[in-house]
Amino acid sequence: MQRTATRSPHAVSGPGYVVLLAGLAVALVLSIAFAIGTGTVDVPVGRVAGIIWGHLAGETAGLDPLSNQIVWDFRTPRVLLAALAGGGLSLAGVCLQALVRNPLADPYLFGVSAGASLGAVIAMTTGGVLVAGLGVAGAAFAGSSVSLAIVFVMAQRGGRLLGSSLVLAGVAVASLGNAATSYVQLQASPTELRRVMFWILGSVSGATWDQLGVPALAIALTAAWLLTQGRSMNALSVGDDTAAGLGVNVHQLRILLLVASSLLTATVVSVAGGIGFVGLIVPHAVRLVVGPDQRKVLPVSLLAGAVFLVLVDLVTRTIDKPNEMPIGIFTAALGAPFFLMLLRNRKKVWR
Amino acid sequence: MKVVADGVRVRIGDAVILERADFEAESGRITGIIGPNGSGKSTLLRCLYRALKPTAGNVYIGPDDVWRSSARQAGLRTAVVAQDHDLDNDYSVLEVVTMGRNPHKRVLDRETGSDRRIVDNALDRVRMRWASDRIFATLSGGERQRVLVARALTQQAPVLLLDEPTNHLDVGAQLELLDLVRDLELTTVAALHDLDHATTYCDRLILVHDGQVVTSGPPDEVLTPERVAKVFGVESAIVPHPLTGRPHFVTASRVTTPR
Repeated sequence: MQRTATRSPHAVSGPGYVVLLAGLAVALVLSIAFAIGTGTVDVPVGRVAGIIWGHLAGETAGLDPLSNQIVWDFRTPRVLLAALAGGGLSLAGVCLQALVRNPLADPYLFGVSAGASLGAVIAMTTGGVLVAGLGVAGAAFAGSSVSLAIVFVMAQRGGRLLGSSLVLAGVAVASLGNAATSYVQLQASPTELRRVMFWILGSVSGATWDQLGVPALAIALTAAWLLTQGRSMNALSVGDDTAAGLGVNVHQLRILLLVASSLLTATVVSVAGGIGFVGLIVPHAVRLVVGPDQRKVLPVSLLAGAVFLVLVDLVTRTIDKPNEMPIGIFTAALGAPFFLMLLRNRKKVWR
Repeated sequence: MKVVADGVRVRIGDAVILERADFEAESGRITGIIGPNGSGKSTLLRCLYRALKPTAGNVYIGPDDVWRSSARQAGLRTAVVAQDHDLDNDYSVLEVVTMGRNPHKRVLDRETGSDRRIVDNALDRVRMRWASDRIFATLSGGERQRVLVARALTQQAPVLLLDEPTNHLDVGAQLELLDLVRDLELTTVAALHDLDHATTYCDRLILVHDGQVVTSGPPDEVLTPERVAKVFGVESAIVPHPLTGRPHFVTASRVTTPR
């Protein structure tokens, strides 16, 4: 096609990007409000707003007790957890994709989630023999870091990462993690078993307010750091040698991104279990809209991921009322065909 | 700004890739690193810009040790056209060239109008301004290399390093790129495959063979028929070019007893 290009080749750029960011922020607030009001029992948006305002202002005396319990005690923490998990997993995806220079990277596919689940499940069932003092979240972080490190070491030859080896190593580590989790599961008591299943399928149901603080803080801090690294991540996503030539400390950046993606994944897994493919779908869709510049991809993915998982969670609990489906089943049902489609449409053959 | 390698040694596991490489690239000149495949020429080049840390020895750009200064400092002194540019992404030409400003920027700085002017000037210099809003990966090989040279120019570094810059280019694009590099008049070190290009465009050559610097000097002194036969296993001569009258490297047949 021979024509003179006169504007950015990306769908959204310049002032449009600011509008997109603002629009997503509004969409997030609206989808959270809508999701809180919708469920087995619907609560009108006006009343939802009244209840939340009441709690924020410290005036809860006049609220309808039933609506208050549904909205404030059950649904608000659940919807906020879905938003946190969606945003966190999307950022983890962006991080991994820059790290391995492959748009098909996802914490779930690379065995990071399996490692985190294994850590968490061991912590819950053995009651601290192996993981004394770490707690469930700490054990999940240890598990995810170890599994990611294994994938990295296995896929490296002379300081360079091979795309196909990465995926295969990820699959192997994920299988190993899942097998080990199954073994631990067999050793678990029936009460432990119910909790273990939760990690494997992934769920934001049963979220409580006191679960939200740590993940919110961890995701906020990691996101804040990541947003300062966009320029270096751009260079890295083009090539290790190129990045070194552009003044990036490649070795150090890789390690920090590794820690960031483990931290994000472990944080989400420790409160919401193994939710797959969010880190794949959201950043990919975002790149189609704003292009590959990480300084745009990171904030947009954070917001879009939050909106996405809030809406998916809403579907899982309204599609077959009053029954609920585990959220991980839904994201996999959406994500696996998406992954296959990406695989088919790839411009370049894997080396 | 001078580039000096002092006793550079690279080992990966038990294999010695480069053994005690010494050389000096003079300021404002083009220095070519030549040698057969696997001789260590890319390895030597990668040691010059923090892509590969030597097991022993030092590399100096001007007065400063490359591995003692920060990564960002190195990015201000050397600009690189490497071989590893990934094409599995949709960066526009403008985005690719703007990356050259990275070492000049603090983490939260935004690109300013003056950055944009530097980028536009660099694109003008390589005659690729028309492609600013194209997707980099959709350009031809020769156009891509020129864009990468533009990115190197926006780094405004005194030293330019090129890793086999003419690989995969057709002959017209090869000469266009090398003419461009010569006209930049920067201190340039290039790993080159084509010995005639090395003869025509370089002021000095460094011949690497089996991980050792065999010799260095002006092209006609380095590429003697005996040495070329020994290192590359081909018969060769340097003759006046029939059109230009300048020295021209030509090969005949494979010699029967190589190496």
